[in-house]
Amino acid sequence: MATVAEPSLIHSTFARMSARRLLVLGGIALVAAGMLFGDVFAVFILHQNAGGQGAALIAASQAVAAGDEATVTRIFASLGSLLEDRGTKVDAHVHMIGAGYLALLLALVQPFIVLGARTKKILAALFIAGGTLLPIGIFLIHYVGLTYSPFAVIGWASILADSAGALLIIVFAVEAWGFRCYIRTRQLAEPTLPEDNSWERRILLSGGTLLILLGFLHGAWYAAFHLYEHEDREETIIKALLDSPTTAVSANAANDYGRLAAEKAVAIAAHSHIIEFGLLAMLLSFVQPYVFLTPNWKRRWTMALLAGSIVLPVFVQLEVKLGLIAGGIADGGGLLLIVALFGMLVGILRYTGNLDAGGTR
Amino acid sequence: MTGSQRLLIFGGMALAVFGMLYGLHYAVFVEHQILDRMGGSLEQSFELAARRNWEAFETALVTYVDTKYDYVRQVDAHSHWIGLAMLMLVLGVLFERVNFSESMRQAIALSLLVGSTVFPLSVILQTYHHGAMALQALAVASSGLVIVAMAAIAWGFARPRTTE
Repeated sequence: MATVAEPSLIHSTFARMSARRLLVLGGIALVAAGMLFGDVFAVFILHQNAGGQGAALIAASQAVAAGDEATVTRIFASLGSLLEDRGTKVDAHVHMIGAGYLALLLALVQPFIVLGARTKKILAALFIAGGTLLPIGIFLIHYVGLTYSPFAVIGWASILADSAGALLIIVFAVEAWGFRCYIRTRQLAEPTLPEDNSWERRILLSGGTLLILLGFLHGAWYAAFHLYEHEDREETIIKALLDSPTTAVSANAANDYGRLAAEKAVAIAAHSHIIEFGLLAMLLSFVQPYVFLTPNWKRRWTMALLAGSIVLPVFVQLEVKLGLIAGGIADGGGLLLIVALFGMLVGILRYTGNLDAGGTR
Repeated sequence: MTGSQRLLIFGGMALAVFGMLYGLHYAVFVEHQILDRMGGSLEQSFELAARRNWEAFETALVTYVDTKYDYVRQVDAHSHWIGLAMLMLVLGVLFERVNFSESMRQAIALSLLVGSTVFPLSVILQTYHHGAMALQALAVASSGLVIVAMAAIAWGFARPRTTE
């Protein structure tokens, strides 16, 4: 039997096309889409892109050794394109998930936003639209470039991304104004979420808090022991790359550079992912009353989400030592997390279908 | 809503808006230029090495290293402000479940707000004073404040509930 707690109260907090429902569904969809994009990017683009960067560096150092300035310029044009390709995809992934988190957050604080129901619905729709257009704009930057742009360095895709970012800021500012109204009047705009002390909520809350704490400690460890060392090592490697008398030495230096880039990338990815997943677990603890699944399935998705949340960052960090095996396990962890997220989304969609059809459970 | 919750939600919203405004300003007025300078100086260093102009090569390489130092910290500050703000907002909604007295919760919320504001700020300020020990110490202290606050919150969640 599918379960939801306190049907009448929960129904009133999740009305058809309400701001909260838009934000919950849109938020989870954005997070899931952002993660799926990240997984596809990691499997099909990231490693190939890193290989391309290494090859370009070796070719550039060989051109330097040969005193061929024109070739250096040509190689750097392609290297810049590779870096932009990678950077915009990482940014699209990060911003799509970030916008999803913010949408879930706004869903939580809706009772404290004292604005009209219609205004809140419009704000929710604008937020989801902005959260969708921002990563699309970022993704397109590499492909659109400066085509037909009236500006020297900003293309139309950047303009789209910046406009969508501005839209998110405006929505957030109006929501903050609504919260200010609550502080003044102390009148809730709508019912708060019901008290729910279910197993899923407790596990997601405590698990999420621990993940965030782990992420903070990992970040502190990286900043203390590796950040400055990595910055110094980069300068040393570039000098070695260009002072190299032979092709073999420059190839070694280029390999060192690639290894350094990988060390930095995995440390930053592990740090940011473990914190993001902790935050996601905490946010999802709030929507558990809306997940219309049997208790066993709710527990399975909860455990799968937490398992994926720890497997991905741990094995991303181990990628430098264990290589592609760790990378594969990390991608599997990401996939587990995405499946769990889709499982919960299906549960919420089932709930809304049941609610709109006039069901009580 | 308790005082500690108000502090976290108001502080979190303000910090999120500030972080986003900083990001928008950065994306429109700074990022493209700094990326151009970073890529340009690295390319120039290679071209100068090809010309065997080692003195100018060193200068271009230093420009690249310095620009990258700034870029990494500016982007980090933007993402940390918004990330920490989101965490404050989530915690604000459920802070009553942190099983301490309200005065203790207020102290934890204030620590989190101060740490979350000052930590990225001290990182940004390092771009104006490379390697300044005082700013590095401020970053360590403020991030430590956030970690201690978060550990206290985890402990508060784990403690048996004495009130319903």
